[in-house]
Amino acid sequence: MACIEARALRKTYGATVALDGVNLRVEEGRIVGLIGPNGAGKTTALNAILGLIPYQGELRVLGRDPWAQRNQLMRDVCFIADVAVLPRWIRVSDALDYVAGVHPRFDRAKAKTFLAKTSIRLTNKVKELSKGMVTQLHLALVMAIDARLLVLDEPTLGLDLLFRKQFYDSLLSDYFDRNRTIVVTTHQVEEIEHVLTDLVFIDRGRIVLNATMEEIETRYVELVVRPERIAAARALKPINERQVLGGNILLFDHVERQQLAALGEVRTPSIADLFVAIVGNHASQAQGAAL
Amino acid sequence: MNTSSNAVTGSQAASQTIAPAAMAATRPFYWSLRRELWEYRIIYLTPLTAAVVFLFGFVVNIIRVRYQMHGVWPVDPAKRHELLASPFAVSAGLIMGTALIVGFYYSLEALYGERRDRSILFWKSLPVSDLTAVLSKFTIPLAIIPLLSLAVTMVTQFIMLLLGSVALLGSGVNVGEIWAQSSFFRLSLDFFYHIVTVHGLWYAPIYGWLFLVSVWSPRAPLVWALLPPFVVCGVEKLAFNTTYFLTLLEARFLGMQAPSMQHVSGSIQPMQHASGGMQMADKLVPVHFFTEPGLWIGLAIAAVFLAAAVRLRKYRGPI
Repeated sequence: MACIEARALRKTYGATVALDGVNLRVEEGRIVGLIGPNGAGKTTALNAILGLIPYQGELRVLGRDPWAQRNQLMRDVCFIADVAVLPRWIRVSDALDYVAGVHPRFDRAKAKTFLAKTSIRLTNKVKELSKGMVTQLHLALVMAIDARLLVLDEPTLGLDLLFRKQFYDSLLSDYFDRNRTIVVTTHQVEEIEHVLTDLVFIDRGRIVLNATMEEIETRYVELVVRPERIAAARALKPINERQVLGGNILLFDHVERQQLAALGEVRTPSIADLFVAIVGNHASQAQGAAL
Repeated sequence: MNTSSNAVTGSQAASQTIAPAAMAATRPFYWSLRRELWEYRIIYLTPLTAAVVFLFGFVVNIIRVRYQMHGVWPVDPAKRHELLASPFAVSAGLIMGTALIVGFYYSLEALYGERRDRSILFWKSLPVSDLTAVLSKFTIPLAIIPLLSLAVTMVTQFIMLLLGSVALLGSGVNVGEIWAQSSFFRLSLDFFYHIVTVHGLWYAPIYGWLFLVSVWSPRAPLVWALLPPFVVCGVEKLAFNTTYFLTLLEARFLGMQAPSMQHVSGSIQPMQHASGGMQMADKLVPVHFFTEPGLWIGLAIAAVFLAAAVRLRKYRGPI
């Protein structure tokens, strides 16, 4: 069954269109990266999914209408919003007590096990913790909840490299299994590249790419080409081209790998390069249309 | 269509498997209430501080009075009463007044603070409905703060009685008199009645208004709480040259038209009436208070404000 199903999802703030008819289907057991430039509608989409804002169009999350049934939905959905939102005055042990008190699927012992691996003590107050530790605490609370969908909106914003790596490591090794779904947005795409099963690009409130990582591997090919073969490569209509030291890198969509291999070195593009090619093109086309 | 009906059955199956983990509906309410006491320690610290400060003043006073009296007891019963009983009324007024200020402060902060510090995103990530969240918060000024201040008042007065008795020991004065004059138990009953009726029920629309402002205001909730009533009073005066709204507000705040208030103001000096005890017992019959239309109109207004606050919190995010 689909974990998230959106049809013609639309959200406007006054004259600003944040979501412009989003169609999206996320199956269970996937790890989806929702990538987009600032103001593309990522957070708006997540807020709609979490029942935090009303919307137009059709949206079902785990079979429920998020806006009408937020509190029932939150038994099966967890989320960590873009910055630390844990109240600063709360004591770690009180936070555990509270979540255990209101959440039927919270495992206190599990949360304590996660916390034992960190330098967070139960007697600490959140305001005494560093930003990285607050995120660790939030992650410990969330991972101890037996939820079916976990939504992460820039969960590692402002954390140092070690914390960021550790965050995704523990998410993968201690939390994720085939029955859970994770939707994550981040600007540090290279860090989640190897974590994702699905990739969704969003730009100006529209989905511009929605594919599994396997599809991306077969569909997109990057070619490093030497100057003497550049004309032949350009004839195959790359969707993007950039220059590096000692040659050009061309990005192709739906072009046979063998055909390209004759012209130079072929490889799978990184998400970041793909993002620049697709969203960058999208942006320049839109600008062209406006002119 | 197919997928969505599949989705529904799927989630039903899942919720059946977690049935053992289901919890009583009152648990989120209980924990939300505890959460408020963790965050707003001012709720119990302020009445306690007021009590400690008052007890200190009381001790200073009895030492001073004993030194001045040299163990000579005033013959005039009215004077004796004032000496022994008035500190009890003052202590009650002080502690309950402090609690009232805390109640107003809390009401204005309850739904604003969580938006200001962004923690609303955390609270909304948990399966607690807006109704539960708002009602648990409303229980604080409506019941928790009044009852807590009552408990603190009673304990304070009991300590005062003990201290007073100890101070009078060996001074030749009958210790029993301080117990009789302070009429501790009857006053406690009076205070309880006053707390429930005035601090709880009569002020409910005020708390409700503050909650509505708290959930709505983009910033500076105090300004938004005071400005509309001020403007209404001004416009009414200007347009119709009347002051009905102001009178209405006065009656609400001072409780002048509330029968329970009249009753309590009489109870502070029970000994002015020869048979004060009997009269008090008669007045304690709450029929006057509960037949007062102002009470029910006020409660209806409070309910409207609260319903609006619940509805608005659904739309509210961090500021």
